[in-house]
Amino acid sequence: MSSQPPKLPAAPAHAQKLAGGCFHCAEPCSAGAFVLDGKSFCCFGCQTVFSLLRENGLEQFYQLQAAPGTRIRAASAAAKWAFLDDPAVSEKLFDYADRTQAKVTLHLPTIHCVACVWLLENLFKLHPGVGHSQVNFSRREAAITFAPVKIKFSELVALLTSIGYEPELTFGETEKTGPSPWRKKAWLQIGVAGFAFGNIMIMSLPFYFGLDSFNGPWFKAVAGWLGLAFALPVVTFSAGDFWRAAWLSVRQRTITLEVPIVMGLAAIYLSSVIEVFEQRGPGFCDSLCGLIFFLLCGRLFQKKTYDRLTFDRDYKGFFPLSVVRKNSGGEASVAISQLEIGDHLILRNGELLPADAKLVSGEACLDYSFVTGESEPVARAAGDHLYAGGRQVGGAIEVETVKSVAQSYLAALWNHEAFRKNSDHNLDSLTNRYSRRFTKLVIGIALAAAVFWIFKDATKALKAFTSVLIVACPCALALAAPLAQGTAQRILARLKIFLKNALVIERMAVVDTIVLDKTGTLTTADARGVEFQNAECGVRSAELSAEEMNWIGSLARHSTHPHSVRIAKALLFSILPVTGFKETPGGGIAGEIAGHKLLLGSRTWLAKQGVTAGKNASPPKITDIKNAGSAVFVAMDGKLRGAFALENSLRPEVAQLIAQLGGKFELALLSGDNERESARFQKLFGARAVLKFNQSPSDKLNFIRELQSRGRKVMMVGDGLNDAGALKQAEVGVAIVEQIGIFSPASDVILDAAELPRLARVLAFSRGAARVVRAGFVISALYNLVGVSIAAAGLLSPIVCAILMPLSSVTVVAISCGATAWLGRKLQVEKLQVAAPVRLNIQYSTFNPQPIAKEAA
Amino acid sequence: MSVVIILIVASLAVALLFLAGFIWAVRSGQYEDTLTPSLRVLAEDSNQAKQNPISETNSKLK
Repeated sequence: MSSQPPKLPAAPAHAQKLAGGCFHCAEPCSAGAFVLDGKSFCCFGCQTVFSLLRENGLEQFYQLQAAPGTRIRAASAAAKWAFLDDPAVSEKLFDYADRTQAKVTLHLPTIHCVACVWLLENLFKLHPGVGHSQVNFSRREAAITFAPVKIKFSELVALLTSIGYEPELTFGETEKTGPSPWRKKAWLQIGVAGFAFGNIMIMSLPFYFGLDSFNGPWFKAVAGWLGLAFALPVVTFSAGDFWRAAWLSVRQRTITLEVPIVMGLAAIYLSSVIEVFEQRGPGFCDSLCGLIFFLLCGRLFQKKTYDRLTFDRDYKGFFPLSVVRKNSGGEASVAISQLEIGDHLILRNGELLPADAKLVSGEACLDYSFVTGESEPVARAAGDHLYAGGRQVGGAIEVETVKSVAQSYLAALWNHEAFRKNSDHNLDSLTNRYSRRFTKLVIGIALAAAVFWIFKDATKALKAFTSVLIVACPCALALAAPLAQGTAQRILARLKIFLKNALVIERMAVVDTIVLDKTGTLTTADARGVEFQNAECGVRSAELSAEEMNWIGSLARHSTHPHSVRIAKALLFSILPVTGFKETPGGGIAGEIAGHKLLLGSRTWLAKQGVTAGKNASPPKITDIKNAGSAVFVAMDGKLRGAFALENSLRPEVAQLIAQLGGKFELALLSGDNERESARFQKLFGARAVLKFNQSPSDKLNFIRELQSRGRKVMMVGDGLNDAGALKQAEVGVAIVEQIGIFSPASDVILDAAELPRLARVLAFSRGAARVVRAGFVISALYNLVGVSIAAAGLLSPIVCAILMPLSSVTVVAISCGATAWLGRKLQVEKLQVAAPVRLNIQYSTFNPQPIAKEAA
Repeated sequence: MSVVIILIVASLAVALLFLAGFIWAVRSGQYEDTLTPSLRVLAEDSNQAKQNPISETNSKLK
């Protein structure tokens, strides 16, 4: 029942690196690191946090857990959060606010250990304006009460950020309506049902053993009436959701599983009422409450699983919350919901363009990797039309919006009707298909039994009719699918494969065609594929020393440019302080490390900086490197050292995966890229596979549609917003992410990139899970067959009912969970063939999507 | 036979008491977050053990 406890503190990487690592965050410290009080720190930020905590008597933070902090990336300027003081923004975030105090619940993704909980709950020691704070660890949330007079909201957020807990503020979150109320209600429903179940059962015990004759007929009456009284709140309150669901499906003229369940429940209760009134027996209230109790337990299990995997499907969550608007009096932060057409906006480095706009001034260089998946930033000139979703790289630009947020390109894609067809998928679930046939059959048998007995013995007709409905109540059936699928979902989640809901397993089981996106799915912009050529001979060489590579990595780390990010990933192993960092948009980056002036950028830009090639230098021939995408030139102390060729590298597991899938499924490849690498992929996929290049998002969507119109069940595997439409259109949309929790708007499955090779296994597993569900159906059908034949014969007694019905539920529960867990063990035992490389993940904060290099274990 | 009546009334009274307790617990939000309190306890414990954590634990074990 209980959810998987999250892993407590000890990250193995921490312990290994602790020796000589930063006292605050365990990152490795370089020589000449910051030392305070005999403790070494990797950077000034970490040292500052340490001294801040020590001054305020919070040193215990470091005793609860070794090196519990997170790396402090940059000094947090309160000005960056100034927009939060805008009442229009803050009122959406606050849970409560009056003149003297405000309460806000913030999502802090970096909460990870006991020490975090402790520190955040002692936040009041850091600032007198902060009152009570309470952490919810499993949701990574902190509810903080503070006095806005003493500490502004922006200052509070800046304070949190400065000690390493940057809140994740998203627009979707701001529109939330508080904690979900189902939790409390579900517990109450289960509690009431369990209470009634236990107590009625105790009172019914004498009847099970035929001992009631000792007590006389009055005992039967007392037990009967008490049973009815206890069962009433169970039937009305605890089973309330089943009645609502059944009513809804009747109104929609479909039959879901709730309909026969509710019919059964009503039949049991009514026949109990009649029995007690006529003083024939104590009724069947014990079985009734037991059934509802088991049903609710199954449902709670399912909901707990869902709850942990709620996906943010709201596109607005990916846009920046607030932007700087230029007005007559200067500049002011406004919420994007307040933007109007014609507003002039200032976009700084790393900020997202929230709506389609026209460039007014500045050098626009937009990275549309959020939209198109292509990492190459696009330069634009003044007057050009800019599409929403781009991220400005480099200096600040001024733009004029030409469309409102809702009308712009991204919103149009997101509002595509393909995103709203949840319901028709769900109605077609395995359980519902089964229950439609089942319900008709049961009503048929019940009527037949009634008709039969009317002719034979009219007094027994009603009893036979209700008995059939009672015994046929498909409670075991209702448990089979949720339990098997819920278990499967949890097993997969442990493998970092997250499903939107349990029904996805059913849909995954019928997939016969797999469509893969190229960029970001099969290829990866990681450290691999970054090759260096030196300036002299034009061949790959190890001319750069390890130290020099680290310098370059440290410099590249400061830039959000995709090339810099890749280079930083490839070269950086210990972060060094950089002074005089300067980024020239569209040109390159410059900075000074350990007394050396470094330049990293395009060839022309380097030339402009006065860098000349050596005496006998020939320019590096980037074309020598296969699949070279782009080149980044490096100069040190005014001397050209060479260039990095960035290859579009294939994930190492891809070939193995394609081989595994190729035999069983029809494969296709879609790419927004050009056809340069067509031959390479055709070889990989085999001659039969369809490869399509230069595909726009709507092309991809149409391709999936076309496959579906031919009756194929399609699984789409992609990564970004550009295939969101296709992900949603497909029977199963799988989003590949580098770090869990970035975004996965339209997908049904979120797969950690490292788990990609498991895809074939996962598909096999989902087929197994679907088979387990069917087995559960068969077993419960067998029980029903026995029960119904007894009931139709008019022989149903309370003892038969009390044994048969829970037994069928228990068997189905045991088989569903057990068999799925067994399949799951097989899945986990399968060792990955490719050793997972140590990789640095890029994490985008939603507000200011600057990649943050973060260690992945 | 009145003994049975008394027993039933007594057992139901106790059971209802527990039900009321359960409803109060759910209403007051005790089932909202079942994980953090367990972590909080750890932190408070080591607060006392701040000076000399090892000897503190040993004395507790005794």
